[in-house]
Formats: sequence, C-alpha cells, structure tokens
Amino acid sequence: MNPALTHLNYLVVIVLMMTGLFIVFSTANLIKRMIGVAMFQTSTGFFFISLAKVSGGTAAITIDAASKEGRVLAAEAGAAYVQQFGVDGVVYSNPLPHVLILTAIVVGVATLSVGLAIAVRLREAYGTVEADEIEAISRKDAVQAGPAP
Amino acid sequence: MNLIATEASFALNLALLAMLIAVGFAVARTRSLLAAILLMGVYSLVSAAWLIVMDAPDVAFTEAVVGGGVSTIILLGAILLARGTTVRHDWRRSIAPAMLVLAVGGLLAYAVLGLPEFGDPASPANAHVGRSYLLETPGEIGVPNVVTAVLASYRGFDTLGEAVVILAAGIGVALMLGFGPRSSLPPPPVALGDHHVVLRVTAKLLIPLVTLFAFYVQFHGDLGAGGGFQAGVIVAVAVILHSLVFGLRGTSAAIPIALVRGVAALGVLIFAGVGVVCMANGGNFLDYDRLFSPGVEAMIPEGLLGDPGHAHHWGQHFGIFFIELGVLLTVAATMIAMFYGFAGRVVDVPETGR
Repeated sequence: MNPALTHLNYLVVIVLMMTGLFIVFSTANLIKRMIGVAMFQTSTGFFFISLAKVSGGTAAITIDAASKEGRVLAAEAGAAYVQQFGVDGVVYSNPLPHVLILTAIVVGVATLSVGLAIAVRLREAYGTVEADEIEAISRKDAVQAGPAP
Repeated sequence: MNLIATEASFALNLALLAMLIAVGFAVARTRSLLAAILLMGVYSLVSAAWLIVMDAPDVAFTEAVVGGGVSTIILLGAILLARGTTVRHDWRRSIAPAMLVLAVGGLLAYAVLGLPEFGDPASPANAHVGRSYLLETPGEIGVPNVVTAVLASYRGFDTLGEAVVILAAGIGVALMLGFGPRSSLPPPPVALGDHHVVLRVTAKLLIPLVTLFAFYVQFHGDLGAGGGFQAGVIVAVAVILHSLVFGLRGTSAAIPIALVRGVAALGVLIFAGVGVVCMANGGNFLDYDRLFSPGVEAMIPEGLLGDPGHAHHWGQHFGIFFIELGVLLTVAATMIAMFYGFAGRVVDVPETGR
C-alpha cells in the first residue's frame, strides 16, 4: 500500500513538531519560544500515541468480550484477527506509550512554568522579553562598566 | 486486516490532524502573544479529541485539563508581566530557521517511512511489552484500567520520579517568583462591583462541582480514565477559578501558601512512604503485594470493595490508592503554588521596553 497513506499519521505529527521547532528558532520573544517548546513537546507525545494505536482496537480498559461493546468490536475486526491479537477476546491499543505521555504532559506544564518564570525575571531585570534586546542591553552595560580588572 | 479501508475513525483522525496543522501554523504566524496563547488552548482541545480517536482517553483527559486549563492560565499570567506582541522581524530572518526545520523534518520523514504501518498490531512496540501488560494486569494487579496499572504499579518508580520532577519545578518557580502575594502588595482596588455578580454566582456554583468531579476522577481512576495527575490539575483549576473571581487575597487567605507548600512535599512523602512500607514488609521498593503483612491482610473484610469471590489484590488496590493520593496532592499543590507565584508577582517593571 502507498506509504504516504499508511504512515500519514507519523508524517503529520512530524509537521506539527517542525512547526513548534520553527517557532522556537524564528522568534526572539522568550514567551513565544516557550509556546513553541510546548508545541514541540506535545507533538512528540502524539508520535508515541500514534505508534501505540492498534487497528480495530479499543482503549486499554478491560471489557468483557461477551458484553455488547466487546461483541461489536469483535464483529468489526473479524474472529481470526481477534484470536491472533486480542486479549481474552478483545483487541486493545498499547497502554504503555499512554502512560509515558500522560506523565510527560504534566511534567511539560511544570517545566513550561519554570521557563516562563525565567522570562518574567528577565523582563523585570531588562524591561523586555526579546532575546536580542536583552543581549544588546547587557552588551551595552558591559561596555559602560569597562574591562574587568 | 486492511487498516485504512476498515477503520471507520480514520477519516475523523485525518480531519482532526488537519485542524491541528491549521492551528499550529496560525500560532507560528501570529504576532500577538494573546492570540498565540488562546490558539494553544484550542490546539490542546483539538488534540484531546484526536487522542480519544487514538484510544488514549487517559492522555486525552490530561491534555484537556493541562493544555486547555493550567498552561493557558500560566501563559496568560506570564504575558500580564510582559509586552503583548512580538517584535516584527524582517521576513528574511525566517529563512535560516525554515531551511533548518525543513532539513530536520525531511530526515525524520525519511526515518518514519521505515517504521511499521500505522495501526499494525504485530509491530515490535505493540506485540511484546505492551501486550504483556495487557495479558498480566487482570491476574497480577486486578484493576480494569491497564494504563493505571502500568502507571501506578508496574512503573511506579518511574511515576515517583515524575512526581519529584513536578515538585522540583514548583520549587524552582517559587524561588524565582516568590511564594505568592507579598505583604508589600498594595491593597486590592475595591471590592468587586455589582456588575460581577453573575461571575460570582456562577463561580460559587461551579467550584464545588469542579472539586467533586476531581474526586470522581481520582477515585474512579483504576476503573476508567483518570487518576491522580488529572484530578490534581482539576483541583488546581477550581482554586484558580476562585482566585480569578474573588481575587488572589481571598484565595490565599482560604488556602494559605504555607499549606500549599507543605502539601506539595507531603504528596511525594506519601508516595515514597508506600515504597518504604513495602520494603519494611520484606518486599522491593513499591512492591505493593507486600504493602500489608499477611496478618494485617487477613483482617481486611472480604467484601470491602464489593464483589466477594473476586481475586483479591488488597496490597495492589491500597498501594495504587495511596500513591494516586500522593500524586494528587503534589500535582494540585504545585500547580496552585505556580499560579500564586505568577499572579502574586508585583508589576513594578521599569517601562523602558515597549
């Protein structure tokens, strides 16, 4: 089958990651940069989640194969498929990447806060959050102070 | 099984991914920070819908409450203290980043084309370790939500590390921005005028419901989607909502900063303490099967969780309960402390910048 279609999810997630990376590189504004980092970070998580998807599967919360949902899922996937890849008659998506990304998202907001706190302190010290303006001000200060003894 | 022909949700998957790309490009394009932050909230909500399609309700839940709630508020708190728009640059300054991004993206695209097909049940990631968790959880842990079983039990040590990272980040923010409103803060302007009465009444109705929902998410986490991380963020959102409507002073009088600080550390202490108790009973660190000594375990009534005759894993049930409680306390308190830090910062910036 056409690889552009079977791997489309991965390719789209790469586009999202690169959008985040572009924001980080193309702006000097520290807060906008943190937004880019956040986008890059969540998109990396989406890549893992795409890998964990099993076709014909359901969320990794155990259900009874004899229940209505279980029978509907089994009818869609076909008996041989369920027999080969299912667990007790139900096909589930892979739970492990979900665990890793779930915690990574919460850690992501914590690290985002640390980055923003640094930006706020820089703003208080320099009056701006543009990286090149901060650099210009600190260079000017260094010249005014004269060479170090 | 032909994935694309049979997967009914594949079209939905594509539509949501297209929306994500559109929102992502809009964030990259806009010069207004406020617009970028609100678009990031939209990005998180759309991605939460997409994560449901990907069979990841726990992750979707987390992304919705974190991305749509807390991180939006913290970003807004940060731009309150900074200028609202980015400096306009010459478009030629974007050429080098664009080339670099295209090169990296091209390499990554080349690499992923060698991966197994999307949805392949026989791929190494899905066929070995992931499948073994699905096979072993009912017998070894005995909770329906396999994500919770892996998070809290199989990979409990990993989760302890995450809780410590969150606490450390909270300490970092507190050290840089202070622990909330300073005593030198000028008194609040005036009591909220009557035109805020709708907000006040709505908030009073919503805050108890949001808190109640947080506890549902917490205690239902081993049966369905949810758990300590999501519940902790929801508790923090309830407190932040109170603060937005009634003012930071009122909130920090109700929930003092000293309490928040203590609770954040207490959560990690409970988590690690469970591990130490397991060791004291002769097991490994966080080996919940040894959480109770055999004598204590025999005293637990048979029908405590209903469903007598079901295979009991009291150690696992109580171990997961306690460590999820630890995660709830640490996450909620850290998020509240971070909000206090950003919101309590005095705006006394020299207006030299634009």
